[in-house]
Amino acid sequence: MKPHVLVVYPHPDDETFGPGGTIILHAQAGTPVTYLCGTLGQMGRNMGNPIMANRETLPKLRKLELQQAAKILGISDLRMMGYHDKTVEFEDREVLVKRILDVIEEIQPTVVYTYYPGHAVHPDHEAMAEATVEALSRIPAEQRPVLYCQAISNNRLEALGEPDVSVDITSVAEIKLQAIKAHYTQTAQTAARLEKAYANKDPEIIPWLTVERFYTYRWE
Amino acid sequence: MEPIQKDKVQQQLDSYVDQEIYLHLETTNGSYAVLRGERTISVGAFIRNVPLRFERAVIAGHGPYRVGLKMQHGWVYAEGLTDWEPERQEGLLLAGHDEEGRLAVAFQVSRTPFGKEEE
Repeated sequence: MKPHVLVVYPHPDDETFGPGGTIILHAQAGTPVTYLCGTLGQMGRNMGNPIMANRETLPKLRKLELQQAAKILGISDLRMMGYHDKTVEFEDREVLVKRILDVIEEIQPTVVYTYYPGHAVHPDHEAMAEATVEALSRIPAEQRPVLYCQAISNNRLEALGEPDVSVDITSVAEIKLQAIKAHYTQTAQTAARLEKAYANKDPEIIPWLTVERFYTYRWE
Repeated sequence: MEPIQKDKVQQQLDSYVDQEIYLHLETTNGSYAVLRGERTISVGAFIRNVPLRFERAVIAGHGPYRVGLKMQHGWVYAEGLTDWEPERQEGLLLAGHDEEGRLAVAFQVSRTPFGKEEE
């Protein structure tokens, strides 16, 4: 099967902070990457620094930032699903599952990335992750792509153990940093801190830009 | 956004009295607040494009500001408002930003529903 990566997250910047470096490595290897982005992060609290957005201009800006970040990461196929931030869990779940499944059947991904259900913290993350798992569960096991999940909960290590996959992103750390900066309204403050800490080889920050860790989803 | 000019905001509020307007009201401490500590919970609420009519509207305080809309059967209230959008053509946009510039509260009224900019 021809390799194709599918990435499913609800908010512009989830793809960068989560598997950003891994996406860059896939793209550099020539693998097409499709990103299903659920919302435009309309309800984000960060408005740039200095403040450059308001509640009504934020989605337009975040859409532009998403397009720019996708270009930097090497995402070849960016699809915005048009949901409203914070409301994905209230939408018709079957419709959401079907939309993801339609894309899976269309592009035939070999690898899928999303959050680990139950360890995704934000309700939109949980809803997208659950729907992705549900969609993939409907694919016959022998045809099912590999699913890699990121866990960001405080209790992830106790509940899940250590992630079994570690991707060394050292070679693309600076590109990931560029993508983080592209999400300007969300990262204006953190990006500057991150960049400085990275330059100073701060041990707290270095792992962020050198390794991305995933759990291979175990199907029952 | 810019720091609230109380008298100008009051003028705008007065211009919406006794008309059908659309309200966007929200407050949040962030969906990741739960990650900050065991005893912190993520708290937030929003209503968007709810039509209503008010008979009296006042901005109060010396910054951060409060706004109250008195309706026939009740009130709309927001506090912690620091900034507004003076250049906006239609609609009054007020927000409160915390010490790191993150939005913590938003209060918006308009004669037309919000959200056209999303496209």
